[in-house]
Order: sequence, then structure tokens, then C-alpha cells
Amino acid sequence: MTTNTPDDLKYTKEHEWVRDKGDGTVTVGITDHAQDELGDLVFVELPEVGRRVAAGEACALVESVKAASDIYSPLDGEVTEVNTVLGDAPETINDDPYGAGWLFKLRLSDASQPDGLLNATEYRSLVEEEG
Amino acid sequence: MGYKTPLFDEHRALGARIVPFGGWDMPLHYGSQVREHHRVRLDAGMFDVSHMRIIDLDGSGVPAFLGRLIANDPARLRVPGQALYSCMLNRQGGVIDDLILYFRAPTRYRLVVNAATAEKDLAWIRDQAVGMAIAIRPRPDLAMIAVQGPNARAKAVDLIPAALREQSLALKPFVAAEQGDWFISRTGYTGEDGLELICPAGQVLALWRGLKGAEVAPCGLGARDTLRLEAGLNLSGQDMDETVSPLESGLAWTVAWEPAERDFIGRSALEAQRERGGLRRCVGLLLTGRGVLRRQQAVLSDGKPVGEVTSGGFAPTLQRSIAFARIAPGSGEECRVLIHDKAVPARVVKPPFVRNGKPRIDL
Repeated sequence: MTTNTPDDLKYTKEHEWVRDKGDGTVTVGITDHAQDELGDLVFVELPEVGRRVAAGEACALVESVKAASDIYSPLDGEVTEVNTVLGDAPETINDDPYGAGWLFKLRLSDASQPDGLLNATEYRSLVEEEG
Repeated sequence: MGYKTPLFDEHRALGARIVPFGGWDMPLHYGSQVREHHRVRLDAGMFDVSHMRIIDLDGSGVPAFLGRLIANDPARLRVPGQALYSCMLNRQGGVIDDLILYFRAPTRYRLVVNAATAEKDLAWIRDQAVGMAIAIRPRPDLAMIAVQGPNARAKAVDLIPAALREQSLALKPFVAAEQGDWFISRTGYTGEDGLELICPAGQVLALWRGLKGAEVAPCGLGARDTLRLEAGLNLSGQDMDETVSPLESGLAWTVAWEPAERDFIGRSALEAQRERGGLRRCVGLLLTGRGVLRRQQAVLSDGKPVGEVTSGGFAPTLQRSIAFARIAPGSGEECRVLIHDKAVPARVVKPPFVRNGKPRIDL
């Protein structure tokens, strides 16, 4: 089964996606491939609003029927908003990983950062390599 | 690459995610294991369980042999078709496997054992039978589908050979009917009503497709695991194994102490354990804090470790996380479980958590 990888997003090697709003803020979620690998999501723990996170820092947790998986902040910044809907409905991530299933928003410490992430083509190759 | 059941290509065609399980390549789910779980609780689902090993035992020596082989008492079976759940123990009283024994005729029985332990089980059974008048016959020529859920029997009945239909519908729980190589039992591993259908391997694809046509949902091992966990049913190799006694696995009820002269393998070890006392308990846990219970997490009572989770997960019917845990005797009802280095509160409860679609514990 092929999964969806929108061209207008940036990606990390840890299977997160980043939507650059162009105003120094980004939205973060997990990719369609990631939710497909994990299976039904049943529990989500999100960072507190206002928390400062560094790129690569574990700041959220998603648990599926199969396993628990840490979510790493893709960039340096401050958490400005989290998706509270996921507390009662973690399956939203399975249903709409790039839309209603977003995890948190960051105000970036350095607005140029998103350029360092993978583009859609690079991420697709990564997924293929991982098999 | 593992072994494949006769339905393997069909699972692939249905979009199943395939995973290795006990040496077999089996479907984990066909899209969403939570949805499959609900289909079984609310309507009807089916599982390919052809990886489980069917072993037929025939011969005049079989009744006495079984009385020694298993911890439950096969003499409880008196009417053809009756089934018995039991553990098969080693001499130290550890659980080699759990199984279902069917009585077919006074010298003919059938065992159904787990896939992951099948080779070991068979070797053990053959060793114990040396020199006895017993034919041991594994049946790889047969396949098996479990049809489970409140509507399972009604939906399955038309797919059963006509000559067995009426009998199959009239079966009481834990009883089977058979004709030729078709063997229909009112058993399962989900906490719901249902049937397990054994048929010739060459006919199982038509049976599966017929059931699908009757709107029985294909379900994978993922849903099978959450359903059995909610139903309070142990998983061999996980909740008990060769190193653990049934008395410490919540399976004391399956050990038949009477008649006292029946010397089943492991009996003296279990008697010594009972004498010694201080046995650990297998309990149910309901997580009252946030998170998901998982196998091997530590259970704490008053801040001290008292045991660990043997099976855990998210229970779709309860929308809560539940588990089985093996804990030291005397631990109270309130405890904590170490989840990602946090001690999260949980409550000790008595399984089953769910039966026949309804919660059986206070949430």
C-alpha cells in the first residue's frame, strides 16, 4: 500500500511533517507512512504550551495498539498551541494525519530553519530505503 | 519467510498487513484492528486460525495417557463432542502450553494447541506416549476459521454443510459436532458467542469467501489479542510459559486435583507449591492514570516493585488501558505501574473485563 506524502510539506527522518506558515511558525504532525506503520493510535501526550524545545528533543509521545513512539521536535522553538482534540480522539491522526491530526505548533527561534529539513522527494526515498 | 496457511493469498488480496507469528506469516489487521475488534463485539468477525495445530489421538491407551498428559481431568468429558480447556505441564509444573481437548469417541480424542509451541508440544506428547497403544496424528490437511460475535452463529450457519447445520446451531458452549472432516465447535477466544469451524484445507477458501459474503468481517491477530485480553483469557508463552506454574497464572481453576490418585505430569510440583504457599497472583489491572499498559512494565505497591505486566494494551470496548499482571501476594487494590519512568496509578480488578459485549468491571 502506498502512503501519501504531500509536496508542500517538509519532513524529518523521524517521520514527522512540518508545515511552514512563512511567518516564523510551523505546524508539526506525523506522516501518513508513520501512522500506517504504527496502526491505530490510542494515546497521545503533547508538550505544554509555552515549553521551549530544541531540534531533536523528545517532546511528545504517541502510542498505538502496537507500540509507543517518541515525537522529536523537528526544530528549535517554543510551543504555541497543541491539538487538544487528540486527547479524546487519537484516531484522528490515522484518519487525517496532515490535517485534523496535527500535533503541535511552534514559533521558531530562527525562521530560516525549515530549509534544513527533507523535501517530499527526499522523504519518499527515505521511506523506500527503510522498506 | 514463515509458514503460510491456505488463506495467505486471500489475506494479501484483502490488503492485510502480514506479520510473523510463531513461525507463520499471519494477518495483523486488514486496515484497522480497532474497527475489527468492534465488529466482533457488535456483530461478527472471523479469524484464520489455521496456524493452530490439530492433533488427533486414537487408540485404547488414549484415555489413560491423557489423564497423565494434562492438568485438567479428561474423565470430565463423557459425551462425544465435549471440550475441555487444560494446561500441559512439565515435571516442574511449568506450562508447556494450553490446549483444548475434544472427546470424540471412547478411544478417539482431538487436541488443538498453539502455533508457536506446536513442534515442542508434539515432541513432548510423542515422548510421553512411547510404548503406549496410541496413534498420534497431526492434521495439516485441515484448516480452521473462528467466527465470533453476537451474530456469528446466525451468519455462519448457511456455510456449514447441510448435514451439520441443525446440530451446529443447537450446540451448547464448549461442545462440537462433526461429520467427515468438518468439525464445528461452539468455542472461541474473544469473550463472545461463536463457532470454530474446522474443514479440509482445500475447502477453506470457499468457506472464508462465503462468510465474507455473509458480512462476517475479516479480523487479524491484533483484534484477536485485544479481544482475548478484555475477555480475561491468557495467552500461552506470554501470560504463562514453561517457567511458571498455572497456580501463578490465574489458571488454578483448570487444575483438577480430584481424583487424588490421578498422577498427571507436574502434579507433585504443584502440590509442593501449594504446600509452600506465598504464590504470586495473576490479576487484572485497570489503568486509572494516563498512558498505555504494556508487557514487562513494573507494578509498584507502596513504592516497591511487586511484579510485572504480562499482557497489556488499550481496550477498545472499555476505551481504557487494561492488563494482566503477576504480582506478589498481599498487594492491595491500589497500585502503580511504571510507564516511561512515571509511576501511573492503576487498580487491581478481577477479569474478565468484558463478556458478551458488556463491561464487567467498574470503570
